[in-house]
Amino acid sequence: MNSPTASDAAATGPILEVKQDPKLGEPVIRLENVTVRYRVPRERIPSIKDYAIRKVKGRIEIDEFLALKNVSLEVRRGETFGIIGHNGAGKSTLLRLIARVLRPSEGRVWVRGQVAPLLELGAGFDPELTGRENVFLNGAMLGQTNASIAERFERIVDFAGVRDFIDMPLRSYSSGMQARLGFAVATDLQPDILILDELLAVGDAEFQRKSAARMASLVKNGEAILMVSHGLDSIQEMCHRVAWLHHGELRALGEPAEVIAAYTQASAG
Amino acid sequence: MTVSEPLTDLPESPSTKKSAVVFEYDSAIHRPTVLGELRELIRYRDLLGLLVSKTIKTRYKRSVLGILWTLLNPLISMIVMTVAFSAMMRSTVPRYPVYLLIGLVVWGYFSQSTAYAMGTFVWGGNLLKRVYMPPTIFAVACVINCLINFFFSLVPLVVIMLLMGHPFYATWWFVPIGVILLSCFCLGVSLFMSALAAFFVDMLDMYQIVIQAGFFLTPIIYPAEMLPPQYSWILTINPMYHMIELIRVPIFVGQLPEVSTMILSTLWALGALMGGAWYFVRKSDEFAYSL
Repeated sequence: MNSPTASDAAATGPILEVKQDPKLGEPVIRLENVTVRYRVPRERIPSIKDYAIRKVKGRIEIDEFLALKNVSLEVRRGETFGIIGHNGAGKSTLLRLIARVLRPSEGRVWVRGQVAPLLELGAGFDPELTGRENVFLNGAMLGQTNASIAERFERIVDFAGVRDFIDMPLRSYSSGMQARLGFAVATDLQPDILILDELLAVGDAEFQRKSAARMASLVKNGEAILMVSHGLDSIQEMCHRVAWLHHGELRALGEPAEVIAAYTQASAG
Repeated sequence: MTVSEPLTDLPESPSTKKSAVVFEYDSAIHRPTVLGELRELIRYRDLLGLLVSKTIKTRYKRSVLGILWTLLNPLISMIVMTVAFSAMMRSTVPRYPVYLLIGLVVWGYFSQSTAYAMGTFVWGGNLLKRVYMPPTIFAVACVINCLINFFFSLVPLVVIMLLMGHPFYATWWFVPIGVILLSCFCLGVSLFMSALAAFFVDMLDMYQIVIQAGFFLTPIIYPAEMLPPQYSWILTINPMYHMIELIRVPIFVGQLPEVSTMILSTLWALGALMGGAWYFVRKSDEFAYSL
């Protein structure tokens, strides 16, 4: 299949002009007029008994709520792309669309390559299994084969710094060790696209330096990074481009400094 | 998070760099269909294997009796029920413990796999909110796990048959066919029920009640002939009656199941599998919204 072209992305233009860095590669993420509609029952109907009663009485009212409205954007290879906006603006919804966890109600989501969502490190970790078993399980959940994990296993363990504990059950690990292991698995698999929700403050200062270096090296290797953060300084520092979401709408897209300035101004006023 | 020192690059050996196969996801193409789901399951087959072995490991790691528990569980129920019902049944069913144990083992496979799949999907569905995986993988793993348990529970059955001097008929060859059909049925029901469990928290409780009633409505502790003829339609519409007959008749009676049993159980198995998979996949879009 042909990758979509950049020209028709401008059709549904955001307020600020899209500036493309010529150094960047071909698109790896593309959202075309994406709308996400949540259907929320007005009252929570947790059980089938309640459901049956309300259905009979004809009292099931459903509110529609648009988490994203007609959003179009494109992320290119080698780009670090930031998303800002206040709570409930649709940032997490956007990340979940790209992680293939959520399907758009309207529009189209196109992603090329292996996506590693660091939304919650070690999401599928099992406390009863050993560190070794969890590395394989977590890697497989990220879509990797046993063979490819086995190949990288030693490096993952060394990076996480848990070699002495690798055959002990995960419940004996500290939360920092678990997070380090989760980070090591997700990033060592060399994803094409890394999704970060909030900045990673994993482990001690030493590990934070290591993880920052690894992320920089991923960018250098041409991977795309998509990040959501409330820390505007780090967004400005790390990102090539920034998108500002406001109540599900794309308010602005472009240079970090410009978008962040517009966002802070709007938030203050 | 400034990076000011020399970067530790990942080594770029050709083997670690991604191969030519680049996966492309397009929401316009990757629509939830049964066939597409099957393709994804094959792509995630390593994860399926790990989920199955994870369950085996976590179940037996901390329990003292370990794998022995799987063997003892149906055996203990069988002994208790034999003591309770043998006075009533011994005259009508010769070698009643064998008859009872076959029914218990088959019923146990069905009730455990379906209930366990529903329970697991509440956990698995939480994962599905964070990472993409083919959503049917949890039900498939559960049924495989319970199938393994089923094979283990054949060991005490064989022991009891030896003890009671029950003959091993040549018709045992038919048992694997019955097990395949039963597994299809279990998977279909598991998929259907876990899709429902994703939307209603009390679905598992309700299902347990249905399972309880089903146990007594199915000839497991009593022979089918004991049911008054005016109620025989209950058996006809009960899929688990046909499933049990499919496996019990070759082992216990030494004949092949009746043709009507074969036809009905095949229809139930394939119908449940296709219907369950279709319903589950159709609803799979909504899981991330609701679980």
